[in-house]
Amino acid sequence: MNDRLPPPAALFAASLLALFSITPFCPAPVSPAQDAATDTGSVAGPIQLDPLLQSVEQARVAAIDRARPSAVSVFVPGGGGGGSGVLISPDGFALTNFHVTSPAGTFMRCGLSDGRVYDAVLVGLDPVGDLAMIQLLGRDDFPYATLADSRRARAGDWCMVIGNPFLLATNLQPTVTWGILSGVGRYQYPSGTLLEYADCLQTDASINPGNSGGPIYNAQGELLGIVGRCSFEKRGRVNVGVGYAISINQAKNFLGYLRSGRIVDHATLGATATTDPDGGVVVSNILESSDAYRRGLRYNAQILEIDGRPVMTANDVQNVLGTLPSGWRVPVTFRYDGITKRVPVRLMGVHRQDELLAKMSSALPPPPPVPDQPEEEKDAEEKDADGNQDDQENDDEAPQPPDRKRPRPPSPHGGAKPAIPKSVSDLIIPRRGYANYHFNQVQQDRFIDSLRNQFPADQFPADAESKSTAWTITGKTGEAEVKLSVADDQFAILVGETAMQATKRSELYDAVDTDSIAGILPALDAWRTMLKLGPRKFGEAYYQGTMPLGGERPLHDCMIGLYGGMEVRWLSHPDSGLVECVEVFADRDSDPAELWILRDGDKISGLELRYGTDVALNVSISDWKQTETAQP
Amino acid sequence: MMSLRLPSPTLAALLPRLVYLLTCLLVTAEALAQPPVAPSVREIQKRVVKVYGAGGIKGLEAYQSGFLVSPEGHIATAWSYVLDVEPIVVLDDGRRFESTIVGIEPALELAVLKVDASDLPYFEVDKELDAQWGDPILAVSNLFNIAAGNEPASVMQGTIAAVTNLDARRGTFKTPYRGKVLILDLIANNPGAAGGAVVDGESRLIGMLGKELRDSGTGVWLNYALPIDALRTALGDIIAGRTTTVPKEENPVLRRDQSHNLTTLGLVLVPNVLESTPAYIDAVASDSPAADAKLRPDDLILLLEGQRVGDQQTLIDLLRRIDRRDALSITIQRGNEVLPIRLQP
Repeated sequence: MNDRLPPPAALFAASLLALFSITPFCPAPVSPAQDAATDTGSVAGPIQLDPLLQSVEQARVAAIDRARPSAVSVFVPGGGGGGSGVLISPDGFALTNFHVTSPAGTFMRCGLSDGRVYDAVLVGLDPVGDLAMIQLLGRDDFPYATLADSRRARAGDWCMVIGNPFLLATNLQPTVTWGILSGVGRYQYPSGTLLEYADCLQTDASINPGNSGGPIYNAQGELLGIVGRCSFEKRGRVNVGVGYAISINQAKNFLGYLRSGRIVDHATLGATATTDPDGGVVVSNILESSDAYRRGLRYNAQILEIDGRPVMTANDVQNVLGTLPSGWRVPVTFRYDGITKRVPVRLMGVHRQDELLAKMSSALPPPPPVPDQPEEEKDAEEKDADGNQDDQENDDEAPQPPDRKRPRPPSPHGGAKPAIPKSVSDLIIPRRGYANYHFNQVQQDRFIDSLRNQFPADQFPADAESKSTAWTITGKTGEAEVKLSVADDQFAILVGETAMQATKRSELYDAVDTDSIAGILPALDAWRTMLKLGPRKFGEAYYQGTMPLGGERPLHDCMIGLYGGMEVRWLSHPDSGLVECVEVFADRDSDPAELWILRDGDKISGLELRYGTDVALNVSISDWKQTETAQP
Repeated sequence: MMSLRLPSPTLAALLPRLVYLLTCLLVTAEALAQPPVAPSVREIQKRVVKVYGAGGIKGLEAYQSGFLVSPEGHIATAWSYVLDVEPIVVLDDGRRFESTIVGIEPALELAVLKVDASDLPYFEVDKELDAQWGDPILAVSNLFNIAAGNEPASVMQGTIAAVTNLDARRGTFKTPYRGKVLILDLIANNPGAAGGAVVDGESRLIGMLGKELRDSGTGVWLNYALPIDALRTALGDIIAGRTTTVPKEENPVLRRDQSHNLTTLGLVLVPNVLESTPAYIDAVASDSPAADAKLRPDDLILLLEGQRVGDQQTLIDLLRRIDRRDALSITIQRGNEVLPIRLQP
């Protein structure tokens, strides 16, 4: 043991020493100094450093150089504050804190270390996790951070925080602070009623007001997390050696949800758990309406794993659940009655949507003092996150009224909120429940394009929208013939000798609710209708984000449409865009009909209908036809 | 081209020292692209415990830190109000113990607790370590009570900025400790950090984080640790059982007219209204042993014959076991001073 101690201990000394000897901002390599440094006898001459020190320091300089370009300094236009952020994609998507963007509303200005300032627009919000996604505009080649695996971080690892403390980065050069991880897997109780920091990182690198939302990197310059809050007590609002960061692994879970432009919620199991004094964690209370209950989780069952992570204490359970988005389905392993089961469980939201929005608006800080606001109150109001006020103005691509904000003279005090440039306001659509509905539309368009270019739609003529269409699908289950047909208000299923028919969507609702094999029909008809009408005319339809399919990764894109009182979810593969499963929820408190799509190459070769974990119908497809119907 | 620059002459003096330290330790230099701060951070955390006791009101936190100094469960911690009750100790592995205060050294602000366990990981305290300014250190504590249950204590890194005395300007810092302290360049002394461990680059214990101290003139909070060299003798004696402040039960209770009591000594304590009222002196009778020893109102009696006086009842019980013809030695706290006093009947 002892012979392994010295080198890292030496490096500890070396790293500290290197901190003193070279300014971390210096991009030039250190080695050229060696020639001059050979003159060791002279006191005045440069001191020759040990090669180990030099390599450690060069590694640090390189890591900082790698990390710094992706750090963002966020400024609220009009001097309303600001914070930090970090770029995670070349097209400008960046993460920051909810509490950084909230004073700004939907528009902010962001500086990068290249010395340039970019307009940025709000994309999505996770008020419970204190995360926000924004998009910087104007480039498609932004520098962006490499995401680390924060599960591998350990207390004692070197780390650095780069950001905009005290909003010092008015020259757009961010501040680098260096330290170690003081703890990992920390749980911080909800502050007030909303914010919860689960499975977060604790660091002694200096974190001050203004660092919020900024990146914490590991010693290689990979993104470990998003700096969030600090322990501030009697010593005032400055660093006291304890800062917390949201782990990047939590952020990874939410990226798809945030890209949807929605205001998203966190997950709960629908059960509470306590740490058993004899070890392990057991269910102390469970909602009978929860999916966990339907999958067999019961009072006093011992929970062993959630989403592949072992849990030993009630804190562990909360640490895992707190990092998952509402609506995800994840594997849960538990032991009950001596039997160990691993089942996929659909997680519920912590809040009802109204409750989340209400709590969110009460968690917003009071607006910053505005010293000078000449007759422009109406403009200021429309920047509310909810801002229903300009609905008609922003309806779809209706042209904006000629930029009526432009004539406003710049305020001498910089106090009034400045106009949002047209290039930015084109990307903002306020809608209740959304941070920015524009980004949901972008994803809806991507979904429908993909849906129209995959089987079976690619087999049919394109311009079918005005005409009524019908699908007739034939195949076999076992030896029995299967015929499925869906058209506007004409639904039929024939399996062997059994035939069922419906003319109303409410009948399909009942079919799903009673776990009937006719539950396959609404999934198919919703698909047909979506192809014909597209998401904007489908009824209420929106992009949900990315989630595991059947509890397993990779994360699949999820599109949701409301169809005859049912909620239909299309889950498509993230790379191919192919729909792999269509879920139809009738009653929230019962299992949805799951239509699993089996493919052979580009074609659909089979359909499998499941309720819960049971297969209700398995059809191998021989023909999938679309016909035009005579009905209007 | 960038040459190496030295920001200040003091660092020039520091460099050779650290380079020397480095070369002493250097065995292999390869394969170290990502060095952790110390390979044994986890091992250090296992030796640090959470201490829960009195407090929880008026901004007084009911928790602090401590560290194991023997495999049998001796725990060094800061002597503070938290220990006004028998504290609960939670080990790194989450095990929870009721502890006994086996020794206090008020002048060092040191207390030693004992839990009933064995084969625990612990810090050795018997080696002479010459911690000096410039040494890199880790401070491990449960500051802000961030870690609960089996969560590991928080780790911070920094450097010893100076080794110096605190009493250069009397009364600046409100502490009875008069020895040298390690001034740290990191914000280590937060609520709950008192009693935390300070270790060097080789994971050797070199100090204990002190209680929060604030410069009464400037309002600046001090970050410091008590060097383990100053605590070694006291710790060693307590661990070895040579000294203890636990009441010695073997002394029999004497008859009332043969033993000492408050009246024979000329002491009047503050009204005993609490379950455990501290032994603060309220008045001193003239022409009494207490008056001869120049005891004053507001003096707090900490020890009697080396035994801890937790409250007034303990003091009265202890006095009943001492012959009234014998002289007494007590330890008192007066303001920021801890004083030994001899009472001669």
